[in-house]
Amino acid sequence: MDFLSLFVLVPLLTIVGILLTKEGQMVRRVSAVGMGVQLTLAAVLVIRYLLERHGGNTEQWLFTADHLWFKSLNIHYAVGVDGISVAMVALTAMVIFAGIFASWEVDSLPKEFFTSLILLSSGVFGFFISLDMFTMFLFYELAVIPMYLLIGIWGSGPKEYSAMKLTIMLMGGSALLLVGLLGLYFNSTAGGGPPTFNFTEIARIHLPVQVQRFFFPFTFIGFGVLGALFPLHTWSPDGHSSAPTAVSMLHAGVLMKLGGYGCFRIAIFLMPEAAQQMAWIFIILTTISIVYGAFGALMQKDLKYINAYSSVSHCGIVLFALLMFNQTAMTGAIIQMVSHGLMTALFFALIGMIYSRTHTRIIDEMGGLMKVIPFLSAAYVIAGLASLGLPGFSGFVAEMTVFVGAFRHTDTFHRIVTIIATTSIVITAVYILRVVGILLLGPIKNEHYQHLGEAHWYERLSTVTLIFGITAIGLAPLWLSRMIGFSLGPVIEKLTALPVAGLF
Amino acid sequence: MHLNDFLIMRHELLLTVIAVIVLIVDLNLKRDRKTAVIPVALALFFVNVVAGFLPAPTGVLFGGMYKTTALTILMKNVLNIGLFIVMLQSVTWLRRPVIREKVSEFFLLLLATLIGMNFMISSGHFLMLYLGLELATIPIAALAAYIHGVGRSAEAGIKLILSSALSSGILLFGLSMIYGTTGSMYFTGVAAAFTKAPLQVLGFIFFFAGMAFKISLVPFHLWTADVYEGAPVNVTSYLSVVSKGATVFILIIVLYTVFTAIVPIWRDIVYFIAVLTMSIGNLFALRQKNLKRFLAFSSIAQAGFILLGVVAGSKMGMTSVIYFVLVYIFSNLGAFGVVSAISSVTGRETIPDYDGLYRTNPKLSLLMMLSLFSLAGIPPVAGFFGKFFLFTSAASAGYYWLVFIAVINATISLYYYLMVVKAMFINKNDNPIEKIKSDLPTRIALILCTAGIVIIGFYSAIYEAIQRLSIGVF
Repeated sequence: MDFLSLFVLVPLLTIVGILLTKEGQMVRRVSAVGMGVQLTLAAVLVIRYLLERHGGNTEQWLFTADHLWFKSLNIHYAVGVDGISVAMVALTAMVIFAGIFASWEVDSLPKEFFTSLILLSSGVFGFFISLDMFTMFLFYELAVIPMYLLIGIWGSGPKEYSAMKLTIMLMGGSALLLVGLLGLYFNSTAGGGPPTFNFTEIARIHLPVQVQRFFFPFTFIGFGVLGALFPLHTWSPDGHSSAPTAVSMLHAGVLMKLGGYGCFRIAIFLMPEAAQQMAWIFIILTTISIVYGAFGALMQKDLKYINAYSSVSHCGIVLFALLMFNQTAMTGAIIQMVSHGLMTALFFALIGMIYSRTHTRIIDEMGGLMKVIPFLSAAYVIAGLASLGLPGFSGFVAEMTVFVGAFRHTDTFHRIVTIIATTSIVITAVYILRVVGILLLGPIKNEHYQHLGEAHWYERLSTVTLIFGITAIGLAPLWLSRMIGFSLGPVIEKLTALPVAGLF
Repeated sequence: MHLNDFLIMRHELLLTVIAVIVLIVDLNLKRDRKTAVIPVALALFFVNVVAGFLPAPTGVLFGGMYKTTALTILMKNVLNIGLFIVMLQSVTWLRRPVIREKVSEFFLLLLATLIGMNFMISSGHFLMLYLGLELATIPIAALAAYIHGVGRSAEAGIKLILSSALSSGILLFGLSMIYGTTGSMYFTGVAAAFTKAPLQVLGFIFFFAGMAFKISLVPFHLWTADVYEGAPVNVTSYLSVVSKGATVFILIIVLYTVFTAIVPIWRDIVYFIAVLTMSIGNLFALRQKNLKRFLAFSSIAQAGFILLGVVAGSKMGMTSVIYFVLVYIFSNLGAFGVVSAISSVTGRETIPDYDGLYRTNPKLSLLMMLSLFSLAGIPPVAGFFGKFFLFTSAASAGYYWLVFIAVINATISLYYYLMVVKAMFINKNDNPIEKIKSDLPTRIALILCTAGIVIIGFYSAIYEAIQRLSIGVF
């Protein structure tokens, strides 16, 4: 058993453990222990990875393992990580760990809830460690399906509608993706070997440009749906607002990053020429995502909707930055993924905790929460400040890097879209501060809120885990960007060999 | 005939022997003790399933009219497994009053159809194919009309016999043209003499239409829904899984070995029919409330997906078709098994009846969910692998747009499969179906289905085994 496969195996063992238990309390404990082990493993992975690099190992993929699976189709179970996947695995481990504690109070069908939640996380982990696009696709779909039940059974509001919408849209995305992946598979014979799903091998082959041009949109849009690419983002606000707390956390925090990661790893890495040529279309769409998402958040009254639209905006920044094709912006994109993952998970966790006390998510009905639940309110302010990009938190590092990178392009088209996208920082500040002002400060509007209980230990644990991540990146960004920078090398090399194509 | 010849025909001969033994046992039973034939039939058939896997010679009999190859043995074994599960699932239903008086007829008719399918798959001559096809169809009509005194069941039987008579006529008409222009009915003879002469192509089109009736491809599907709804659940599941699988098998063999001269022509036809079948099957499935009708339309859509493997024309294509049929047997029989287990106890079989099923029958609901996910092609269950390989083989022939249409259809199909999942897991119900105590055979059948759905995908050796035996045009 190789080290990386543990990341899939531990959740599966945890599920077995959950199924063997009898009562609700034990289910929670088993889940917590399982995900605690997973978090420890992630920490070990980060340390081992850094030690390997420190020791001068320049292999692009570390801890690789490869097992032949379907021989005649040359399908392998292949795993391996570089700095970017390590960052993603660590992010996922933190969010799922916090998610378990944030859903400590789930009391209807707890066994089924935690099973689905952890099954979902095993799909995500599997996706990030896969080197073979077949297993990658398998894990991708594995991560989407439990979502239907999680939202449909334990959700709130128009949950059945939202669950169905989310599932069908994401599966529609994966339909596009499948065509793209099969195209890559059969055209990988261009290198002379048998067709392969292994993207590290396809990366060594130069695919003919017309092939790239045909399959790039399938792949990019396919992953883009999950990354909330405008106009295919509509599942996100509905889905996130109907989902139970932990699912919103995991979905906005991690699952949407699958989209960004896939766009980067498959679409842009394997088809750089097509990416260069078609970038302008997607740059325009992502710019719309960024600004539209921010305005959308400004108009909402429901806390979850605000945060869901804000996620659309922030994930737009990820895709926007990836399409800038330079080291700075792409580093920013990856940091933004991690940073937004932690931040939005924290937001959703806090919204869930506030909701369980006030039984409303409409901001106008609440007020002065800082006086009654200071811990949760302070955490909310931290999440807010990180989200609007205050120096010292992760959001600042990410957005700063992205926009500096984007501004490197000197042509008019890139200048204009960068300036438009940058305005989202201001709008973000407006909607975050508006919520903080109404929700937390001012007089207490509702008599019943005088005696709200302060955070329990499990809620504190969940919150502190995420805040730790946010501030760690904010205070020591170089540590993360160095880890990423090395792994970006091969992609940047491929892209800089090509002339930059602008619209004007 | 030598012993070797008997061994070559062992699948058919064994089934005939079993049918005779069942008949003899039945003759010696009193009228109120007829159900005692059930364990005998099940045990004998189980022996037959196992015997099918034993190594035995391959070869040609009757001057080339009948041939056994490793490939046909594989296909027959797949069908054997399917029928075995269907038989296990029928036991509860067969013990019900009225029906229990004619248990052995049920087994006899089933065995007769399987003998027909086996002859059909093994045929090396169009007349043998036709005889096998008829033997596989006519007893099913009797089975569909099995519950006497029930109008809908009789209607199903009549509809099936009329439509299959029509399709047989069309098929024979096509065959007569082929015979008239090539001068032979042997597969090898036809393949050698086949050119692109218009009359030959017309003959092929009639032949294909006749086969399409049996697989219920659009636009030849109109009989399906009524027959599926009216027939007893177990007959419906047999019809939609084993019977359909057998016809797909012989169709792909004939397309790949006989009509090699007109590959571009049949590819275009199959392409077009595949798109129609998937889309229309899906659109109708969206609106169904009765689970049997629902599964009927979903099985039409599934047949459209199967054509994606057929259109590839390659070894990979045939592998993916056989593999998918194997997966489909377990998934569809899983779904039908649950419907049958519930309907034979409570008689309820509409989707709203299943509201809140998870609270009362968690195991049945979970199996139903796994089966539906497998039909929809969702990992980690076997259906994902089955669909993925079908798509891969179509893409290998460059049909990317067809794959695109298919995956969009797969997404639409997910919607209606999820509607059933939603009913079982999410919807609330004040009057849910009570806890169902299944008997042993049903439970074995359901466990077999679950095991199949979970294992076949991950256990790649099955795919590789099929791959070694498959053939392609190219």
